[in-house]
Amino acid sequence: MKFISIIALKEIRTYFASPMAYVVAAAFLAITGFFFVASVSDAFAEASIRGYLAGAVFFMIFMSPALTMRLIAEEQKLGTLELLLTSPLREFEVILGKFIAAFFMIFIMILLSFFFILILFVYGDPDLGPILSGLLGLLLYASATLAVGLFSSALSSNQIVGLVVGSGILTALTIIDFISDRITGTAAKVLDSFQLGASFSVFDLDSLGVAEGGHFADFARGIISMTDIVYYVSVTAIFLVLTTLVLESRRWR
Amino acid sequence: MIKIEHMSKNYGPYPAVIDISFEVLKGEIIGFLGPNGAGKTTTMRVVTGFTPPSDGEVTVGGYNVVSHSLEVRKHIGYLPETVPLYLDMTVTDYLRYMGEIRGMSSKWVNERLPKIIEMVRLGDYRNTLVGRLSKGYRQRTGIAQAILHDPEVLIMDEPTIGIDPIQVVETRELISDLGQEHTMLLSSHILPEVSAICKRVLVINDGRIVADDKPESLSDKLQTFERIELSITNEKNSDFISKMRDISIVIDARSDQRASKIQRSQRENSIPYIVDAKPNSKASELISKTIIENGWGLTNLTPLPMTLEEIFLELTTEEELGE
Repeated sequence: MKFISIIALKEIRTYFASPMAYVVAAAFLAITGFFFVASVSDAFAEASIRGYLAGAVFFMIFMSPALTMRLIAEEQKLGTLELLLTSPLREFEVILGKFIAAFFMIFIMILLSFFFILILFVYGDPDLGPILSGLLGLLLYASATLAVGLFSSALSSNQIVGLVVGSGILTALTIIDFISDRITGTAAKVLDSFQLGASFSVFDLDSLGVAEGGHFADFARGIISMTDIVYYVSVTAIFLVLTTLVLESRRWR
Repeated sequence: MIKIEHMSKNYGPYPAVIDISFEVLKGEIIGFLGPNGAGKTTTMRVVTGFTPPSDGEVTVGGYNVVSHSLEVRKHIGYLPETVPLYLDMTVTDYLRYMGEIRGMSSKWVNERLPKIIEMVRLGDYRNTLVGRLSKGYRQRTGIAQAILHDPEVLIMDEPTIGIDPIQVVETRELISDLGQEHTMLLSSHILPEVSAICKRVLVINDGRIVADDKPESLSDKLQTFERIELSITNEKNSDFISKMRDISIVIDARSDQRASKIQRSQRENSIPYIVDAKPNSKASELISKTIIENGWGLTNLTPLPMTLEEIFLELTTEEELGE
């Protein structure tokens, strides 16, 4: 536990010391702000954060791997991984520490976007339930995307490879319904159950992407379903374990 | 302290280290000498627990590096070949972090850090970003992280590579000082360095240990023969080598591959050879007599003293021929 917090604190300090975190946070607020404004600025528009959620879910496909791409790739490039792994700490402590640091950064960004909700309460009469469930869903979704990003970062010493592979995996999991819509039967159902978040109907401002399909839809509607929680927690756990295995794989080579 | 028994390490189908065994006793400084790619780094990585051996057993302080890896890592300070540094941290922050991930309490770090910084003479740079340090100071930062937690065993992979001559001297002095308190395994491909610092030298080539001795006795042992460089003309058949080998005091005779290109262009018919003979045996006399008796012309005969570099070359090239 001690080592996890040491690693996490070091990574958080590094985030704040480099421009990366500020650039990513600014982009996150700009993109989600655009979606938020688009969803609430019409007359008679619904006072909800569904636009914001749709923007966040879409943008995290790129943002999460961008936040995590440095974490392991750079250690491999600098050779510091050799030092970390010859120190008396275990692989999973390194991985978990880094994951927590990245999650903390996303958590801060979501905190920063609270003024969207504030605006809703000042100018409208929003329903608090779906807002809270949506934010819970967003945190779960973020952790799954970060785990995928961390895994991609471990694959090589090149950060760009980490970014591309991570975004690639997340995009594939997002547009899975392109395929499942075109087939029928059990296969379609199985594929559907792997749908990560919203599909690209995110650009359809009527449904705002989160209305249908994917494990995120229910959270946006105000429904907290065990299936969805288990799904996101599983994706997170699976990819964190895979990341640990990638680091441990040097033992079998 | 370090015990390696029949250790082999393969990377896929390629063997990096083949069945090596040696032991480093407590307080010993061992120089690990070999050309690039000989298996030095691989052996060190196995000892530190970074990669497990493919075969054989390696223990540090009685702990197996595979099954008790965490215990082993607590006793080891390691400086890899590329000094592992976070370029965007200051020297102090970096060292503090390194101490923390080795499980040192912050009190212990605070007490020890100024001493270590003083010891490696980094005092003026304690708040400089590591990325702004010169190569020599980065090396010192690397050494500082290796000794920070006061490990019993120090493993240093090419600690003086790529730094300027003045800093090389300073770094060597630092390592010599450290060697008085630690068990040390030091790799290098520079002979004088190893013979200056180490009490025992292991020569490794192509994944095998080809020599294990004190630096002095290593040269004594190998200088049990006298090397003579000579060039002859009028040699009709190539029976020079066999004639030479017939002389009782000659150990070996062969044509000098390195010299032949240069000499042939200078003197058309002159062929260079190298003859190794028993020492103090008046070899030059006997050899020149044989040459004259056979009607060959002698254009050059020079007894050669052997340098450590040549001993090293000798050891490693003989190994290649043996395969």
